[in-house]
Amino acid sequence: MNVGDHLRYQLNVNLLGHSALRLRRWGAEWRARRGTAWSSDALAPPLRISARTKELIGQHYLRGHYAHLDGKVAWVTSGAPMEFLKALGFHIYYPENHAAICAAARMTVDMAGEAENAGYSQDICSYARTDIGSVLTGKTAVRVVPSPDLLLACTNICQTVLQWYRVLAEHFDVPLVLIDTPFIYTQVSKHAVTYVKRQLEEAILIAERVAGKSLDQQAFEETARLSRLASQLWSQLLERGKHQPAPISVIDQFTQMAPVVELRGEPATVDLYADMLKEVDERISQGVGAVKGERKRLLWDNLPVWYRLRWLAEFLGQHGVVVAASTYTNAWAELAYLLDSSDPLETMAHTYIYPILNRGAGDKLVTMRQMVADYELDGVILHSDRSCKPYSVGQIDQRDRLINQYDIPALLLEADHGDPRAFSEQQVTNRLSAFVEILEAV
Amino acid sequence: MSTFQALGMDVGSTTVKMVGVDGSGVMVWHILEQAEPRAEDQVVRLLAQARQENGSLNSVPLVATGYGRKLVTQAALQVTEISCHARGVYAEISDGGTLVDIGGQDSKVIRLSPQGRVVDFTMNDKCAAGTGRFLENTALRLQVPVECLGEEALSTDEEVAISSTCTVFAESEVISLIAHGIPVESILRGLHRSLVKRLVAMIWTVGLVAPLMLTGGVAYNPAIQSMLAEETEENVILPRHPQLSGAYGAALYALEIMG
Repeated sequence: MNVGDHLRYQLNVNLLGHSALRLRRWGAEWRARRGTAWSSDALAPPLRISARTKELIGQHYLRGHYAHLDGKVAWVTSGAPMEFLKALGFHIYYPENHAAICAAARMTVDMAGEAENAGYSQDICSYARTDIGSVLTGKTAVRVVPSPDLLLACTNICQTVLQWYRVLAEHFDVPLVLIDTPFIYTQVSKHAVTYVKRQLEEAILIAERVAGKSLDQQAFEETARLSRLASQLWSQLLERGKHQPAPISVIDQFTQMAPVVELRGEPATVDLYADMLKEVDERISQGVGAVKGERKRLLWDNLPVWYRLRWLAEFLGQHGVVVAASTYTNAWAELAYLLDSSDPLETMAHTYIYPILNRGAGDKLVTMRQMVADYELDGVILHSDRSCKPYSVGQIDQRDRLINQYDIPALLLEADHGDPRAFSEQQVTNRLSAFVEILEAV
Repeated sequence: MSTFQALGMDVGSTTVKMVGVDGSGVMVWHILEQAEPRAEDQVVRLLAQARQENGSLNSVPLVATGYGRKLVTQAALQVTEISCHARGVYAEISDGGTLVDIGGQDSKVIRLSPQGRVVDFTMNDKCAAGTGRFLENTALRLQVPVECLGEEALSTDEEVAISSTCTVFAESEVISLIAHGIPVESILRGLHRSLVKRLVAMIWTVGLVAPLMLTGGVAYNPAIQSMLAEETEENVILPRHPQLSGAYGAALYALEIMG
C-alpha cells in the first residue's frame, strides 16, 4: 500500500464517509425522537439503536467501497469460518448479505434477471442469481462492491455455494478455498472435526499468501474472542423474546442481525449488541412489546421474506400476533459457546461444522420443539423458501410432526427470501388469515 | 321482521353465494349467482334482493367469506373460507374428518377435529390444477356442457391417461388425443382421474381421517365423487347444499356475533 492510497482511504472512509454516515444517523435519531418516522397502530417503533446499526453496516460497505486502497478483499459465505481472515486484515464481503440488502431494496428481479439472461436457471438460489447478476453488470444497492482477492466457501449452509463460488473464481481468476463440512446426522465425530481443522490449516496458508503476511496468533485469538462475545450477546438478545410481551420480534431481529453475520470479530459489533441489550431490557421493564396487544406468539422457520418484512409484521401485528423466536436468527446464537479463543482453530472446526443447516431434519425438529416450549409459543410458521432447498427440505414432515404428534399448529408458507416472483400476496394472505383463525380458536 | 336472523355471503372466484339462517342456525334462505366482474355492485344488488325478500336487514349481522370478502364492506366480520367451510359442514355432519372443497379456482383440504376445530389445511398452490377450472377449460375444448362432464366420464370404462396436471398443458394433451381419434368420454374419464389424483395428493398432505366430505360446485360431479371414493377407499359424504357450505358457515359465524 502506498502513501497516496492510504491518504485517500483515510480521507474518503474515516473523514468524509464516516462523517456523512454519522450525520445520517443523527438525522434518523432526531426523527425517531420527534416520533415523525413511525406510524403503526399495531407495532412498537423500531429500537432507537436501529440508526446505529444502519450506521455500522453503512461503514462496512463504505470500507468495502475503498477496500482496495487499504488491503485485500475476501468474499465468504454466510456461515464461513472468517476469524483468521479478519485477523489477517482482509475486508470481508458477504454476497448473501449484499443480496439480502438488494432484496429489501426490491432490486432482486432486475439483478437476478441479468443472471438469468446469462443462462442461470431461475431455480438457482436468488442470492446466487443476484450476486452473479451484480458481478456481471455492476448493479448493486450499495454503490460499489469490492472485487475479491480470495474466495472462501463453506458447505455448512448448502451445496449451491460450491458451484456459485466456482463461477466467481473463474470470473475473477482468484484463489478459491473450499471448506467441506461433513453433514451431521446425529453426532459430530472426532475425525470430522479433525478433517475440518486440517482444511482450516490449509486455508490459512492460502490466505497468508494472498495477504502477503503471516497470521498473528494473538490477533487471531482476539478476533475469535470478539466473535464469541458478539454471538453471546446476540444469543441473550434473542432470549429476551421469552418475555411476554416479547420486547423484540423476529422481524426486528431480521433487521438487526446483519452485524452478527458480517461484522463478527469487531469491537464495534460487541458494543452495539451490548447497548441493544440495554434498550431491550428497558422495554421489558416498561412492559413494551414489539406488538401492541400481544395475544399469540409464533416461531418462524427459515430465512426471512426480505421484501415483505414490514408487511408481514403489520399483518400479524394487526391480529395481535408476534413472531417471538426463529430458528434462523438463532443460528448465529446457538453456536456462541462453542468458540474458545484459547484454541480458536480446534473450536472453530467444531463450531462451523455445527450450524442448523448442516444437521439432520430431525435435529431441526428437536430445536423447534425446544423453542416452542422455551418461548411459550402458540404455533409455527415454516417458510418454504424456494431458494433455500436445504432449509426447506424436511419441512413437510416437520410440519406434520408438529401438528399430529405434538399438537402444535403449524403453517407452511410458500415464498422466496429474495425473489418476489415466487411470492403471491393473495395466497399468503389467505393462508395466514386462516392460520390466525386456527390460533384464535385454540 | 325478517325470516332469518343472520346472513353469510361467500364471494368466490366463480360464484357468489348468500345464505340466511334462523335463530337456531337452520338455513332458511339462499341465493347463488355467477360472480360478476364488478363484485361491489353485485354485493349491493344481492343485499337489496335479500332485503326485498326478507324485510329489513338492520338487525341482521352479515359475515363475508371467499376471495372477495374484503369487498363486502357491509359485513360485520370477514372470515376465511377455511373456517367458514369447516363451520358450515360441521353444523350438518357434527363430526370431525377430512373435508375437500373444490372451488372454481382453488381447492382446499381441511382436517377437522371431532369438535369441529380446524386442525390443518392445505390449498392448491399457484396453479389451477385440482380445481373446477381444470375441468371447465377442457369441457369448453370438448364442447361438453360442464354439468354433463361427470356423467359423460362415467359412461365408459375406457380411460386414457392424462399425464399433465397443469391446466394449460392438459388442454394441449386433450387436443392431441382428439387428433388421434380417442373418444371424448375416455378423455373425460382420464381428465377426472388426473384431477382426483391431484386432490388425493393434497388429502395425504393433511392426512385422511374418515369421514371424507366434499363441498364446492364440483362436488355435484358424480365422476369426482366416485373416483375420490375409489382412490381413497372411503365413502364420500356430501352436505345438503355442498356449494353453499362456505356461505352457511359465514351465516353461523354471524349468528354467533349476535350472541
